[in-house]
Amino acid sequence: MAVEATLSSTGTKPEKSFFDRLMGTKRRRDTIEGYIFILPVVLGLLIFTIGPMLASFYISFTKYPILRSPEWIGLRNYVNMFTKEPNFWQACKVTLLYAVTAVPLGIAGAFMLALLLNQRVKGMSFFRTSFYIPTIVPAVASAVLWGWLLNPDYGLINAMLKTVGLPTSRFLGEPDSALASLVLMSLWSVGGGMVIYLAGLQGIPETFYEAAKIDGANGRQLFRFITVPLMTPTLFFGLVMGLIGAFQYFTEAFILTQGGPLFSTYFYSLMVYERAFRFTQMGMGTAMAWFLLVVVLTLTLLVFRSSPLWVFYETEVK
Amino acid sequence: MVEGKEIYLGLDDIRLDRPKQAFYLLVTYAVLIAGAIVFLMPLFWLITTALKENSEVYVFPPTFIPETFRWQNFPDGWNYEGMDFTRWAQNTVFITTVFTTGAVLASSFCAYGFARIKFPGRDLWFMMVLASIMLPGAVTLIPLYIMYSRIGWLGTFYPLTVPVFFGGGAFNIFLLRQFFTTIPMELEEAAVLDGANRFRIFWQIMLPLSKPALATVAVFSFQGVWNDFYGPLIFLTDPKTYTLALGINFFRGLYNTQIPLMMAMSFLMVIPTLIAFFFAQRLMIRGVVMSGLKA
Repeated sequence: MAVEATLSSTGTKPEKSFFDRLMGTKRRRDTIEGYIFILPVVLGLLIFTIGPMLASFYISFTKYPILRSPEWIGLRNYVNMFTKEPNFWQACKVTLLYAVTAVPLGIAGAFMLALLLNQRVKGMSFFRTSFYIPTIVPAVASAVLWGWLLNPDYGLINAMLKTVGLPTSRFLGEPDSALASLVLMSLWSVGGGMVIYLAGLQGIPETFYEAAKIDGANGRQLFRFITVPLMTPTLFFGLVMGLIGAFQYFTEAFILTQGGPLFSTYFYSLMVYERAFRFTQMGMGTAMAWFLLVVVLTLTLLVFRSSPLWVFYETEVK
Repeated sequence: MVEGKEIYLGLDDIRLDRPKQAFYLLVTYAVLIAGAIVFLMPLFWLITTALKENSEVYVFPPTFIPETFRWQNFPDGWNYEGMDFTRWAQNTVFITTVFTTGAVLASSFCAYGFARIKFPGRDLWFMMVLASIMLPGAVTLIPLYIMYSRIGWLGTFYPLTVPVFFGGGAFNIFLLRQFFTTIPMELEEAAVLDGANRFRIFWQIMLPLSKPALATVAVFSFQGVWNDFYGPLIFLTDPKTYTLALGINFFRGLYNTQIPLMMAMSFLMVIPTLIAFFFAQRLMIRGVVMSGLKA
């Protein structure tokens, strides 16, 4: 009361300081309320992401057969992983091979389907649904189904190849064709990328095409100089997410091949799973996981670095 | 190509006096139909094999329609000796329900903070949320496994349900934040003048206005957890606690010659996701699109 009385006696000043004080408390209240709202995810990141990351970094320098306590062994897990682990480089090779085939093929397939669906003909929603549905089939069901479709003796695919007189394949049963069969399976679910690219295509303003047509551009030029450049940011997103997914490929290989035959589908994630959960070598398992993280981060960074060379952003008007 | 902006052509537009257009339409439809057959064939094969007699799956050439529809495959597979599909279905439904509820509640709560309140550190935390999408799960999985084993959570549903309440998934937060920012600020300001606090605004204004986005998050979460294989594989050690995904893999491991029964069980697992898809097709596709275009 007394303070208020003195303030009001000094004219305009009190109102300003009162306003300031109100703003101050509003900011403080915003901060408190803001953190209350994001508290779950802050805790979640600390408990389920950052904490475990630090822990796994530490564990990767220890020998840790889960039942005993971890024993510091320095870099030995990493050294052994690169030099002694019998199938480590094979796992890297398989995963890399899968990534460099399945991801570009998936993007190309999804993009072509999107172009096809972008044609102005009736009945598109039916076709869009047909291409998209495979992406919602659970991985286990899809693995069981494809295991049967690709069955060398009784599978539908070999039966069809035989009927039209083409050579058949042992598919998942032979080292030469097993990985390619998994790539083929992965292409069944290009529908997810397709709808993203389709929306991208539909977001390109019609006026761009009209202006180019007035300038005398033909269909191929429209595609090359308008569609492709304007789609590169979307394709870039597809590339980044596709690579991250490919490096963690697990379920179908685990169910159908268990890494075989002759380690021809021995994916990196299968190796980590075996180390950690079959042989309970937690130290080696985390070391492998960290190497994967470093590789994925490096690759993502490289892709981002390369983006100015081929990704077109509308803000960079020349 | 096609003149006019919003004109969609159909097969009835094939006319002899316009050969170029007729050719374009025929080729387009031929490619579309061929594509649709290729993409739907595996699913068709799943269903048709699920209804065949066991001996019929080994005949050549393969039959596209079963000689006799053996509906008995469904109960036979479900009650197969040593399998407990009833229990696995119950487990899956339980985990899915809790997970989906948690995902919707937690992600919308956090997304509101990121979308509507300005405070120091907000953008940093949001960047971390986004970065966590790219993090390979293997890095955190092993310490989490050790932690769960220490506190006795292995073989329970806790590892598959509790974490989602802490944020509800980075991707969902991102999706909802994008949606919340499109809701006009005036609606909230009016409520503030009426004396409502932030939590009431969130609950009584934002959530009801965001039903389509929340439904999208719910459907995605449902699909993700229903289909999940890796999480249950690592955390559920006892066959009694298995989910359908693990159960079908278990069945396949033991009786991989029972092709029709295996297909029948796989098909049963696909049905809920198909229903969810047809129920929320537009929401889902819009969600996929939002995640791709605004990243």
